[in-house]
Amino acid sequence: MVISQLPNLKEMFKPSHSRGVNARHVVTEPEQSAGTDNVIEVEHLNALYGDHLALRDINLPISHKGVTAVIGPSGCGKSTLVRCLNRMHEMAGGRVEGRVLFEGEDIYHRGVDAVELRSRIGMVFQKPNPFPKSIFENVAFGLRINGRRGSLMDTIERSLRRAALWDEVKDRLNKNALALSGGQQQRLCIARALAVEPELILMDEPCSALDPMATLAIEELIRSLAQEYTIIIVTHNMQQAARVSDETAFLTMDTDRAGYLVEHGQTRQIFTNPSDKRTEDYITGRFG
Amino acid sequence: MLILFLCALLSIVTTVGIVLILLTEAVPFFNEVSILKFLSGKEWAPLFSIKSFGVLPLLSATAFIAGMALLVAFPIGLLTAIYLSEYAPGPVRATVKPTLEVLAGIPTVVYGFFAITFISPVIIRPLFQTESIFNAISAATAMGVMLIPMVVSLSDDAMRAVPSNLREGAHALGANRFQVSVRVVVPAALSGIVAAGLLALARAVGETMIVTIAAGGIPNLSYNPFDAMQTMTAFIMEVAMGDTPRGTVEYESIFAVGLMLFVSTLVINLLAQALLAKFREVYE
Repeated sequence: MVISQLPNLKEMFKPSHSRGVNARHVVTEPEQSAGTDNVIEVEHLNALYGDHLALRDINLPISHKGVTAVIGPSGCGKSTLVRCLNRMHEMAGGRVEGRVLFEGEDIYHRGVDAVELRSRIGMVFQKPNPFPKSIFENVAFGLRINGRRGSLMDTIERSLRRAALWDEVKDRLNKNALALSGGQQQRLCIARALAVEPELILMDEPCSALDPMATLAIEELIRSLAQEYTIIIVTHNMQQAARVSDETAFLTMDTDRAGYLVEHGQTRQIFTNPSDKRTEDYITGRFG
Repeated sequence: MLILFLCALLSIVTTVGIVLILLTEAVPFFNEVSILKFLSGKEWAPLFSIKSFGVLPLLSATAFIAGMALLVAFPIGLLTAIYLSEYAPGPVRATVKPTLEVLAGIPTVVYGFFAITFISPVIIRPLFQTESIFNAISAATAMGVMLIPMVVSLSDDAMRAVPSNLREGAHALGANRFQVSVRVVVPAALSGIVAAGLLALARAVGETMIVTIAAGGIPNLSYNPFDAMQTMTAFIMEVAMGDTPRGTVEYESIFAVGLMLFVSTLVINLLAQALLAKFREVYE
């Protein structure tokens, strides 16, 4: 399927095709803080599960605003990589070596509160995972655990609007979230993440459990959120990476199943003119 | 195949048989004592010369002792289950859970003995200056201890059945472990946890040995936990073990009380089953 659709990929990146991919640089510049202009700097990161090395020596800067796609064959550690960025990797018993700078500070430094860190980084998972509570309570969850009192309605409406879900649910905010369709549930999970005003949003194959129409809606949403947020999206779908991202990072794995970063750059360049043979082989469907 | 079918049939036949016997044996009793008097009478004195068959003292003692036992077992059991399911590292869990299941295997007569030789004289008496060793509270406490493993085991199962992606979702929003347990896992497992409580309650209502040994065996319409009481089960035990002749009203009364007991536990069990079914529904 990937191979047959490849001509379209190339088509997408013809110079005549203006998708506003570069718009982010216009937005970004005035907001760049002194020192680093990167939200995330991954430096010499190794990720381990017990004795198994899942990621080897990853170095990856993620700049302000816009979407970075992480692609690569199954099992190359794409999900592990994003889970290292909000310290969810250690929840599953994993271990990390190296540094991850978030807004210039090493999140693995001793004394950094992982719980507080996670409240500043939103995360959306493969399978929609709304809590078995009302739609309202789902979006309010992050606010409540952070001790927000008083009326939450404004924030909840704003978050649902930004997640393009408000019009569909505004009359039934007290209904159970599990009654929503899969695509709506995933947008609810995005609204839930947006409600706590994260500085970075991680998405781990957010469309893999959704049908094509719901996928399209989520992709449009990701593009619109890219104006305001820094988003890192893991995807196994190369068309999706090409459609939604500004930059792409390509990972693959060694014979010992340790994932490593092959190439990172502008999505346009990665898909039309990769500098590494392995990237080209993967993009053109020769493996993976 | 046929043998297996017969085995299955046997258990159904037994159940139906027990219900039938309860009903038929209770009929002669209700011919002599009106149902209304039985249900509303405040005095239970079947063995006195002036007989009185008001079941309320037995019923209230049963409810009171079972309720107090649940008051002991449910909070401790739930907190233990939260610890086991959400906090305990693998090795601790692997040790604690089988240990608790051993606790569930202790014969209830041992708990009754424990109540009159330890709970009552060593804890309750010095603490509250009670006169008698035999009182409702020591029976209820022993029963509560007996019920803990049941509450733990069932609540732990319910909480572990909550999909882990809900926990991940909450952690990713910046919830700490306690918030994840209390705000996500417990509410998601609530119907299972309530069912655990109800099954424990049904068990407490039907429990016989501990109350017979430790609660005093005096029919008493009282809500003072330091009074002696007699539950429905303890009364049946007393008559069945005693020398009450067959065919007398007092002998037949145990079938009426038994029927009452059967109906109460049946209702509680059905309620618990309905809740468990609802719990499964949510995650399918």
